Amino acid sequence: MLTGAKLLVSTLLAVSLLAGAADARTVKWARSGDSLTLDPHAQNEGPTHALAHHIYEPLIIRDNQGKPLPALAESWEITSDPTVWEFKLRRGVKFHDGTPFTVDDVIFSYQRALQPTSDMKSLLSSIEELIRVDDYTLQIKTKGPNPLLPANLTDLFIMSKAWAEKHNATKVQDFKNKEENYAVRHANGTGPFVLVSREPDVKTVMKRNENYWGKSQVPLEITELVYVPIKSDATRIAALLSGEVDFVQDVPVQDIERLQSDQNLRVVVGPENRAIFLGMNVGDPELETSNIEGKNPFAEKGVRHAINMAINRQAIQRVVMRGQSIPTGIIAPPGVNGYTKEIDVIPPNDIEKAKALMAEAGYADGFSVTLHCPNDRYVNDEAICQAVVGQLAQIGIEANLVSQSKSLHFPTLQKNEADFYLLGWGVPTFDSHYIFTYLYHTKTDKEGGWNGTRYSNPKIDEMTASLTEETDLNKRNEIIAEMWKILQDETIYIPIHIQTLAYAMKPDLEIPVDISNQPKLKFVKIKPSKDE
Amino acid sequence: MVAYALRSFAQAILVLLSVGLIAFSMFRFVGDPVANMVGQEASQADRRELAERLGLNDPFIVQFGRFVRDVAQGEFGISYRHGRKVSDLIVERLPATVELAALSALFATLAGIALGVYTAIRRDGWLAHFIMTTSLVGVSLPTFLIGIGLIYLFAVELRWLPSFGRGETVKIGWWTTGLLTPSGRASLIMPVVTLGFYQLTLIMRLVRAQMLETLRTDYVKFARARGLPEHRIHFKHALRNTLIPVVTIAGLQFGSVIAFAIVTESVFQWPGLGALFVQAVQFVDIPVMATYLLFVALVFVVVNLIVDLLYFALDPRLRSSRALATR
Repeated sequence: MLTGAKLLVSTLLAVSLLAGAADARTVKWARSGDSLTLDPHAQNEGPTHALAHHIYEPLIIRDNQGKPLPALAESWEITSDPTVWEFKLRRGVKFHDGTPFTVDDVIFSYQRALQPTSDMKSLLSSIEELIRVDDYTLQIKTKGPNPLLPANLTDLFIMSKAWAEKHNATKVQDFKNKEENYAVRHANGTGPFVLVSREPDVKTVMKRNENYWGKSQVPLEITELVYVPIKSDATRIAALLSGEVDFVQDVPVQDIERLQSDQNLRVVVGPENRAIFLGMNVGDPELETSNIEGKNPFAEKGVRHAINMAINRQAIQRVVMRGQSIPTGIIAPPGVNGYTKEIDVIPPNDIEKAKALMAEAGYADGFSVTLHCPNDRYVNDEAICQAVVGQLAQIGIEANLVSQSKSLHFPTLQKNEADFYLLGWGVPTFDSHYIFTYLYHTKTDKEGGWNGTRYSNPKIDEMTASLTEETDLNKRNEIIAEMWKILQDETIYIPIHIQTLAYAMKPDLEIPVDISNQPKLKFVKIKPSKDE
Repeated sequence: MVAYALRSFAQAILVLLSVGLIAFSMFRFVGDPVANMVGQEASQADRRELAERLGLNDPFIVQFGRFVRDVAQGEFGISYRHGRKVSDLIVERLPATVELAALSALFATLAGIALGVYTAIRRDGWLAHFIMTTSLVGVSLPTFLIGIGLIYLFAVELRWLPSFGRGETVKIGWWTTGLLTPSGRASLIMPVVTLGFYQLTLIMRLVRAQMLETLRTDYVKFARARGLPEHRIHFKHALRNTLIPVVTIAGLQFGSVIAFAIVTESVFQWPGLGALFVQAVQFVDIPVMATYLLFVALVFVVVNLIVDLLYFALDPRLRSSRALATR
């Protein structure tokens, strides 16, 4: 019986090696969650875009370091009018159904993405007019000068106008509707892979696009791509160990070391474009969840600096993250325009000095406050908060932890109902403006949506607004530097670390960590297997 | 009889409405679906607008009323997570769960009875002791641990069975089955064993206790005195009398098989209703949660109704006392 099984296993192994040596290579790609929809404008969400990038394409994509690369646009520049961008589109591109790609498809797709039910509309809100110059030239007129426009287009996928009209999918999914939109489970893009079948939460099968325009520019060696969501961490890793999947994108921190020691696997680790930090209610006259009455301890800059000193980032990195994080002193991840080594200063972990600062601010005996934390959003989020609670107790701050699902946590911040909270923030545009406008700007209907600190500084608001209009890049960068100088001293956020990502795969694949966590598998080369 | 059926039907509707009402009053504690439905760039105004459009700002009783009205018209709404009709999702996922639950119940009952009989007859044998001890482990280990243990042994170490999913399925009308393909059958083994394990140990211990009890009764002694062969006594006299309470318990346990399926489906990435529900809870997908809960309530109501009617038909005493009472 046992020998029979061994024989079977070795036969299977031999067969799979043979298959690996041959030209056809199927890659099974596993992640914890499925893409929510194939409709490219219905959900502005990481895993949804990550899958869409293989079937659809935007005008501009990013490489694994976040650098922009031409995709459906060959070049782009600001015209003599600073409010008009011009995009030269790629010629000779065909959609999967064979219809040629032209400027009309771009205009159609952007208009579709601007519909009220689209989740992508906020990225295009600066657009005033889409101008068709000729079949392969598009001009975009913005409401004011917008030097950042191309950075907002990297997840805006282009659909075929003819296809959408034919299948009555010109409107984005409306969740109030009672019918399913055709684009939810069908797709027709220009991307490197063609959709073969999709069963939501089970698998999505794609085959190589043999007519791909970029065939000579990228390896495109994977002939079939099968995307399988596996929710349970243990099962996902087991599926990799048993050889049923080839590439696991979400590797839990606790498994990295064990997988690294496995000769038959390759594990790559790298930083994500995302910082994890704490936010404090600095604006209210009194903290609702504190024992201190009549005043707000977080309103004192000294208290905030004391907390910044009391947080032992190295200990969190070592104990909570098992080495898989990069401690930081600023909430802008490296690689974001505006980040410099000089302002990324981690204060020394000096409890005595922190205590002195607390006493100076009039809180020698400390105070109590509720710390809100998500437990299903970031790597080890709840454990980070537990470590923070312990570290703050050293300077007399008694933080009571409330940890809950992201569906409850995020609305709490957005409604200004948390006094002290953990948040992670990625910067898809790779520019500090994105951080200023969502996290530091006074909370209004349009800006400051994720600023749960009640911080309101007219000077910062004004400078943030000026960034969107300043087309002189040097001048613009000077403003950014000045803003960070002010904000680093204000310390309304306590930076903890930059989150890292780990990918695990079979050794014949080499997929580097993508800083936006959206690996693009057309770039993957398959190494011939070394055996025999 | 007709009056009884009508009364049961009215009670069933009442139960369904109550389940729906309780469910709707709980949903806001699960979270805010809007947080999951829009990207991080969505402005406060966009979020408010979406909540308004979905009617999430209305009091839960109004939302519940709207849901009942739609359900009465056969509309279960669109899933917030999938953007697809909830009724389509339920129909698509139902075969996976039914196949898993039915096979688990079958496995637990057959294996449970066989092992129970064996351990009763050979109560002092070393194998019987071993089975009894193992069954204790089975009762105390949580389902997901059993599942993960099986995966590591049979998928990772031995590589005999697939670690996740349903394998290839065959479509028969709207129904899908994994029983007709080799990969589908291989994929069923571990989830079925995991889900049925607890029921198996329960049934086995019940059968064993009942058997031992019956074997001590006078009529078994008389049967032995008459010189009947042992296997006849065991299977004809003892087992038959043992089975009545066992069948009752096994029937009642079918409900909890479906409930435990949530855990098993999550461990094995089994594309059934349980996994659909778990993900709906995490996403606060209200239409899916509401419909699933209603569906499960309906299953329980129907099972109970059938049991009631069967009792009524089978037990003459019940019939006459009811007839007297209603007269």
